[in-house]
Amino acid sequence: MAERRRIAPARLSGLSPVGFVLWLTLGALVVVSMNDVAPSLERLAGGLPRIGSLLDRMVPPNLEPAFLERVAKRILETFQIALVGAVLGIVLSLPIAWLAARGVSPLGPFAYLIKAMVSLFRTIPDLIWALLFVVAVGLGAVAGTLTIVVDTIGFCGRFFAEAMEDADKEPSEALSAIGATNLSVLMGAILPDAAPSMINASLFALEKAVRSSVVLGLVGAGGIGQELKVSFDLFQYQNASTIILVVFVIVLMMEYLTDRLRARIQ
Amino acid sequence: MITKPMIADGQPIIETLALEKAYHRTKPVLRAIDLSIRAGERVALIGANGSGKSTLLKCLIGLYPITGGTVRTFGQEFVRAPSPRQRADMRRRTGFVFQNHCLVRRRSVLSNVVHGLLGEPGSWRAFAQSIAPQDWRERAIEALAEVNLADKALERADALSGGQQQRVAIARALVRRPALLIADEPAASLDPVAGREMMELFIRLCAEHRITLLYTSHNMRHAAAFSERVIALSDGRIAFDSSSRDLTDQDLTMVFGAEAGDG
Ligand SMILES: Nc1ncnc2c1ncn2[C@@H]1O[C@H](COP(=O)(O)OP(=O)(O)O)[C@@H](O)[C@H]1O
Ligand SMILES: [Mg+2]
Repeated sequence: MAERRRIAPARLSGLSPVGFVLWLTLGALVVVSMNDVAPSLERLAGGLPRIGSLLDRMVPPNLEPAFLERVAKRILETFQIALVGAVLGIVLSLPIAWLAARGVSPLGPFAYLIKAMVSLFRTIPDLIWALLFVVAVGLGAVAGTLTIVVDTIGFCGRFFAEAMEDADKEPSEALSAIGATNLSVLMGAILPDAAPSMINASLFALEKAVRSSVVLGLVGAGGIGQELKVSFDLFQYQNASTIILVVFVIVLMMEYLTDRLRARIQ
Repeated sequence: MITKPMIADGQPIIETLALEKAYHRTKPVLRAIDLSIRAGERVALIGANGSGKSTLLKCLIGLYPITGGTVRTFGQEFVRAPSPRQRADMRRRTGFVFQNHCLVRRRSVLSNVVHGLLGEPGSWRAFAQSIAPQDWRERAIEALAEVNLADKALERADALSGGQQQRVAIARALVRRPALLIADEPAASLDPVAGREMMELFIRLCAEHRITLLYTSHNMRHAAAFSERVIALSDGRIAFDSSSRDLTDQDLTMVFGAEAGDG
């Protein structure tokens, strides 16, 4: 018995003192923050009926032809922002990813500078980019398109670079040995191998672009979001519900479409 | 087609003097390598796995920098690494078949052969057969025909069997009409029958086009049967360099240990 007790490890042996302190700190932080920002029970109790009445005022959705036409125009603009922004972003991501990819980049050790720039593009949220571009180029769709371009570079720049880094090394080495230039190695050996995952990433980027172009209008960067903001600002909740429904259908369709496309590339 | 100054039979194509190669800061993988390969020769480089055969081949074509000694190829000498110009000239005259054929899997057989022309002046269009100049595509088909694969030209490289892929790699090396062919374990991944056929194909093509052949093998029978001269590497040094007729069992035991002549 005594021996057995000695053999059994301590219950918390996996937790170092430092780990223990970190977990404790995290726990305390969550509890304190909850006090500050989580809804109290009274707030919830008061809020639920108001959400109910909001929903009540949202039905039936506004289906007047004139309004639907305006929505359709804005939706078209949203799509244009998403498509142009994503395509430009994807095209620009190709050279950027090449420069950023470790072991592939002609910049050698300086590739990480390009990677850092791509990270910067990615880590700043799209609404903040939109605000910046609205200030820079004024209200409207152009600011939205620029936002999507930057957002797409942040996403595709990273995933394209990773796909290039993961490409088979041996064919690249073989082409270098034959005497191919860096660019020929990229075109001849790296891109063919990386293409499936790059197409995949591009489809995700397109999907993401549609989703973000919907909300860009909230800060004045064009698209359907602008209409949504107006509806809420003027308490036209029936208009808002129409827009939300349309957006829901569009995002769903987009996901279905890109899923189908993805399934076709093995 | 570009005309190249021919090197007369018997003239040295590759010479090394005290070649040494260390990866990073480890102990040298190759030490004191002195060898001379003359035009028209057929030389087998043998040695156990890890003895440095692949490393030596890659150093000879300047793919890896050497850490000591000198290499002279086609009459031009280099220390450490060849100048870009010398490298370009050398690669134009040398075909290289890698250990694992190293084809671009998702591209067509024809594209892979056209790749052999990358590095020729103005060759950027050679990265895919679909946009390569017509006469280059024709040269590639010609090279494919020589390895009996012209009918597979538009299939994806990874749809072919291992032996067929190896033949595509040979076509890629031959499409430039090199003076020297360097092949790393060309038969290693094949079964004995296919391996022997592969070696016979090499011998036939090299004889037809008057190509000097340097290949590695860890198969003693191939080395003795398919080359006139055998150079053995053991632990990074040349253990012997002799006519394949003079090989003795003792030599083999020295290079391969107890499993001499195996497989
Ligand atoms: N790229 C490399 N980096 C570091 N060490 C290597 C590299 N390539 C080969 N080596 C080492 O060099 C030695 C010789 O390898 P290699 O030339 O491939 O031998 P062989 O072709 O005769 O089997 C081995 O010990 C191997 O581990
Ligand atoms: Mg090897």
